[in-house]
Amino acid sequence: MLMKNEVKTDVVIIGAGPVGLFAVFELGLLDLSCHVIDILDRPGGQCAELYPEKPIYDIPGYPVISGQELTDKLMEQIKPFAPEFHFNRMVTSLARQEDGSFAVTTDEGEIFRAKAIVVAAGGGSFQPKRPPIEGIEAFEDISVFYAVRRIEEFRDHDIVIAGGGDSALDWTLNLAPIAKSLTLVHRRDTFRAAPDSVNKMQALVEAGEVDLVIGQIAGLEGADGALSSVRIRTAEDELSVPADRLLAFFGLTMKLGPVAEWGINLNENLIPVDTEKFATSEPGIFAIGDINSYPGKLKLILSGFHEAALMAQAAKRIVHPDEKVVFQYTTSSTSLRKKLGVI
Amino acid sequence: MELIVVDEEGVEHALEALDGWRVMEVIRDWGLPIKAECGGACACATCHVYVDAAWRDKIARPGPEEEDMLDLVPDTADGSRLSCQILMNERLDGLKVRLAASSQPEEAVA
Repeated sequence: MLMKNEVKTDVVIIGAGPVGLFAVFELGLLDLSCHVIDILDRPGGQCAELYPEKPIYDIPGYPVISGQELTDKLMEQIKPFAPEFHFNRMVTSLARQEDGSFAVTTDEGEIFRAKAIVVAAGGGSFQPKRPPIEGIEAFEDISVFYAVRRIEEFRDHDIVIAGGGDSALDWTLNLAPIAKSLTLVHRRDTFRAAPDSVNKMQALVEAGEVDLVIGQIAGLEGADGALSSVRIRTAEDELSVPADRLLAFFGLTMKLGPVAEWGINLNENLIPVDTEKFATSEPGIFAIGDINSYPGKLKLILSGFHEAALMAQAAKRIVHPDEKVVFQYTTSSTSLRKKLGVI
Repeated sequence: MELIVVDEEGVEHALEALDGWRVMEVIRDWGLPIKAECGGACACATCHVYVDAAWRDKIARPGPEEEDMLDLVPDTADGSRLSCQILMNERLDGLKVRLAASSQPEEAVA
């Protein structure tokens, strides 16, 4: 019996980057169904987060393709296999059950039960950049935040917002009316946010409702996680702004995250695998793409595609140990073409 | 030609550099710690360095794309650059840069 927060599937893929997406295809050809979990709010991984617009020149068959186009094409390619996606989730634990299968839990409290796990987590999970300020950890989630979850946390507070993009500007506009005071700190007098937001912010500055300081956060003062002031370094000097809330918006960076706690052997934050099955030290858990390591490894998307194909053969034998696996080509196999929905 | 890199402890490393290589690539190739997540596409702002004061006027100013990405660096100061956007050439022989805290990789857990 499954609880309502439980899902049973053949394979759980952790990471919806290009390699995780292509794994859905290779597993699908072998009749394995997948659930895919990612911390971002959309598919594509680094292709979506870091370089959606940047041209990629080394995808076979595409002289040039952008990160977003590649993601879109992979999504189209795997559609016949109807993978189920779970975005905005971090996998918090991965535990082997008595029967040898796995239970994957997320920070949303879901449990995914599967016989095989594919870790396609790239450089780890994308998390907010933490300014390298001494002692900042002690203030986090008490007075220092990297996102606004509940607006009420900020009402009637002295707020400092750091950053110059859309998040910083949007929250400056949204929080100014309810803040006791609001100071926006940015390193230069140019903002890459939407022009309309910039204009609105400048109007608030002129009206005296927002203080704009051109500088960079240099230090935090306070005790027991309670912030009392933020030190800001400007071109001329350093000033101290009384504040009990700091919101820092410097984009995302990749962190290994909970992978380290899943009982898989790691080496220099990568997962060593063999080059026949791309199996980790734990039978049934595979690692493909940028997160794995083996002699001669190249962190290329095309390497990850190859790894996905070989991994799928091995995963099939774990999920359906009694089935004979016949190697087939999509060009000639009637059954594969039926699965792809082309006949 | 040589690239001088000052690490977080203040130790200077003289690295042999090749013409046309990005400063980030030289740092990474010699095994000094730098995140450089996007691999040199000016898309992640995790290869931040401070160019030594003596060299700031000798290298080209950052372009608009790099300036935008520098907005995602939380510890900018005078001389801040993304090291993937500086290409080594003869005129930069001896260039000195300091690694920034925000671009240090996570400590390896195993």
